[in-house]
Amino acid sequence: MKKMLIVCSMAFFLAACGSNNSEKNQNATDEATATESSSNSENPPYDPNRGEGKFHDVKLDPHLNEAMAEKGEKIYDLKCASCHKLSDERLVGPGWKGVTERHKPEWIMNFMTNTDAMLDKDPKAQAMLEICMVRMPNQNLTDDDAREILEFMRENDGVKK
Amino acid sequence: MKKTIIPVLSITAAILLLGITGCKPKNAGNAAASDAASRVYVAPGKYDEVYNFVSGGFNGQVSVYGLPSARLLRIIPVFSEDPQSGWGYSENTKPMFNTSHGQVPWDDQHHLELSQTNGETDGRWLFANANNTPRIARIDLKTFRTAEIIEIPNSAGNHSSPFITENTEYVVAGTRFSVPMGNISNPDVSIDTYKKNFKGTVSFLKVDPQTGNMNIAFQLLMPGVDFDLSHAGKGPSHGWFFFSCYNSEQAHTLLEVNASKRDKDFIFAVNWKKAEEYIKQGKGQKVNAKYAHNVYNEETHEASSTMENQVTVLDVTQFPDIVYAIPCPKSPHGCDVDPTGQYIVGSGKLAALIPVFSFDKIQKAIAAKDFDSAYDGIPVLKYNDVLHGEVKKPGLGPLHTEFDNNGNAYTSMFISSEIVKWSLKDLKILDRHATYYSTGHLMVVGGDSRKPFGKYLVAYNKITKDRYLPTGPELNQSAQLFDITGDKMKLLLDFPTVGEPHYAQAIPADVVAKNSLKIFDISKNKNPFVTLGEKNAKVVRTGNRVDVYMTMIRSHLNPDNIEGVKMGDEVYFHLTNLEQDWDIPHGFAIKGANNAELLVMPGETQTLKWNPDRVGVFPFYCTDFCSALHQEMQGYIRVSPKGSTVPISFSMGKNSDATVTPEAPSTK
Repeated sequence: MKKMLIVCSMAFFLAACGSNNSEKNQNATDEATATESSSNSENPPYDPNRGEGKFHDVKLDPHLNEAMAEKGEKIYDLKCASCHKLSDERLVGPGWKGVTERHKPEWIMNFMTNTDAMLDKDPKAQAMLEICMVRMPNQNLTDDDAREILEFMRENDGVKK
Repeated sequence: MKKTIIPVLSITAAILLLGITGCKPKNAGNAAASDAASRVYVAPGKYDEVYNFVSGGFNGQVSVYGLPSARLLRIIPVFSEDPQSGWGYSENTKPMFNTSHGQVPWDDQHHLELSQTNGETDGRWLFANANNTPRIARIDLKTFRTAEIIEIPNSAGNHSSPFITENTEYVVAGTRFSVPMGNISNPDVSIDTYKKNFKGTVSFLKVDPQTGNMNIAFQLLMPGVDFDLSHAGKGPSHGWFFFSCYNSEQAHTLLEVNASKRDKDFIFAVNWKKAEEYIKQGKGQKVNAKYAHNVYNEETHEASSTMENQVTVLDVTQFPDIVYAIPCPKSPHGCDVDPTGQYIVGSGKLAALIPVFSFDKIQKAIAAKDFDSAYDGIPVLKYNDVLHGEVKKPGLGPLHTEFDNNGNAYTSMFISSEIVKWSLKDLKILDRHATYYSTGHLMVVGGDSRKPFGKYLVAYNKITKDRYLPTGPELNQSAQLFDITGDKMKLLLDFPTVGEPHYAQAIPADVVAKNSLKIFDISKNKNPFVTLGEKNAKVVRTGNRVDVYMTMIRSHLNPDNIEGVKMGDEVYFHLTNLEQDWDIPHGFAIKGANNAELLVMPGETQTLKWNPDRVGVFPFYCTDFCSALHQEMQGYIRVSPKGSTVPISFSMGKNSDATVTPEAPSTK
């Protein structure tokens, strides 16, 4: 029994040390670990500007696609407006004014479609969660839905046709 | 049921208790297999191998367990209201309980049958019977919800039900109580005219192969006996259905004695394909009969109830090649067909043997027209002509038999409280295992299909006594899980159940799990009171009816301030859950509601009616913990006196007057 206790407490000690270390790494030396892991492992490093999800490189036309934006607005009314205003005022989630300037299009679309994974991992998403205190619901958007909402966000941010 | 068996039981229990104290095994710990714990352990986050659907008996529900862990996964309200979800209380679901007797919110749910294709369980639907006010329900296994309920007319106690043919062509309903019908125009007859005026029926309900929707195709007018259980033929015997009965004495009082006089009752073999032909030829008689048919529509999220008024009846005495009577010892209960479709096992609950009938021999005897006599106009086959053999001295009180995939049968013994394993080939007993106490039905996974999955057997015991910590006079009934992979049955686990399980079904988990619905797609929501986005939230007065179109999303209700409701108004709260994420329901409760709360699934709309009974301001809130700000998900409705001039207004965030702004305030 005594032996057990010793083993257990040692294991606990080790585990505690481990988690401290990883936290430090994440908080203090984000960039350093990113470059390190890119040279050492086959997994690509986490790109905080892209987020995590299926969207890698979203090509945007400098002009607005009005038809798309209109569809996006309809989806906004049904699935997003409960929590997001179009001004910069926070309701449940942040207001959408300027969102397309704050985040890359890939990040926005990944967050819309891969919400839970990003809330668990992405530093910017986690920072917002700390302010809003409500996990953004996964609203089951299709890829097209996400793209159309992005177009509506761009319209809201002043992109003209 | 319980009352009649108490004398027998107390003796049995006494013997058992003596036995238990007197010799080993002393308790379940000793009786269980040594590797039992690891056999039933399903690690956290891992899934069970099998879904086990268990009838709820007097609770009118169906419970769903995972095996081998016996985790309770879900309780489905079927013939029972469910105040926690609002099932039966919401405007959407009230019609599911409509019958020709009006609203019947409870029933006695005895037997279950999974839908089959080619005699194998296909995981699409689960059928359930109502024993008291005769009904059959169909549960959709995409949603684990009751999708349809149809009432059975000309029946009184739908016990011999809801068994199906091997491609789910039909689901049957045989009446337990016979009732005055047939050639009489007025059912107001003296009970002692039973033999003259009382008839039984067995009904065949057609099941649409795509939608699953049921309709009563025909009813067979049968002798005035008590139909007990039934099973369809399969493989070579496909096209036939077998119904056990008791009370072939046709007694109408003290059945305990008077319906146990004859040495043999019957299993009726019904050639339903032949009956189908006669119906096609127009030989059936249209009979007036009032019965409700209730269907839940998944797109409108509403049930509708239609009152039907006619059924087609065939009097089997007029068509002598539809039904044949097989003499079967002593009030048979279980009537079970083996996986090959060749053997029909009758479990005479007062018999000291188990007769096994041969389908081939039945066919030969019918072809030779070698009948013993007739029973109420139905040809009776000779017992020895159609008998494959008898299982001798199996135990006392055989009730029900299921099968594994290796040619073995398992019969529950109610009186001697055990499970007996025997071989279909030579009818020799291979093993027996005590149960605690008094098993009613048992179940092998897929055990009444053409391809049993086997592996596990569950005994559903009627008496619990000392198996668990006591909970006062009322105890949950006990189930016991056995491993049947070896020569000897191994007891693995005891677990308490919900209600009174009679019959159960089980199916490998992957067949069902892969089709399980996660959310209702809100873009397909066709409910007439849906609120598609908060922009459309509103309150509308029409005379003294007030309709509240309210949305729910983490973590607010919109509108959450409502004024202008007056005494005498009927308020309808139409709640639309805007979430599209799995397992994020929201609840809705309002103070003083005389019905229940609502649980609204993602993408769904449900309606709760509220009749304010006093002037004041009343809170409402979300009941299902949904987020860190769940407790903030709340609002108020103001009720003013009759004749008050307070206008209808509604808001979220700030108040606005409905007469000025017809639309809800936008959050833009």
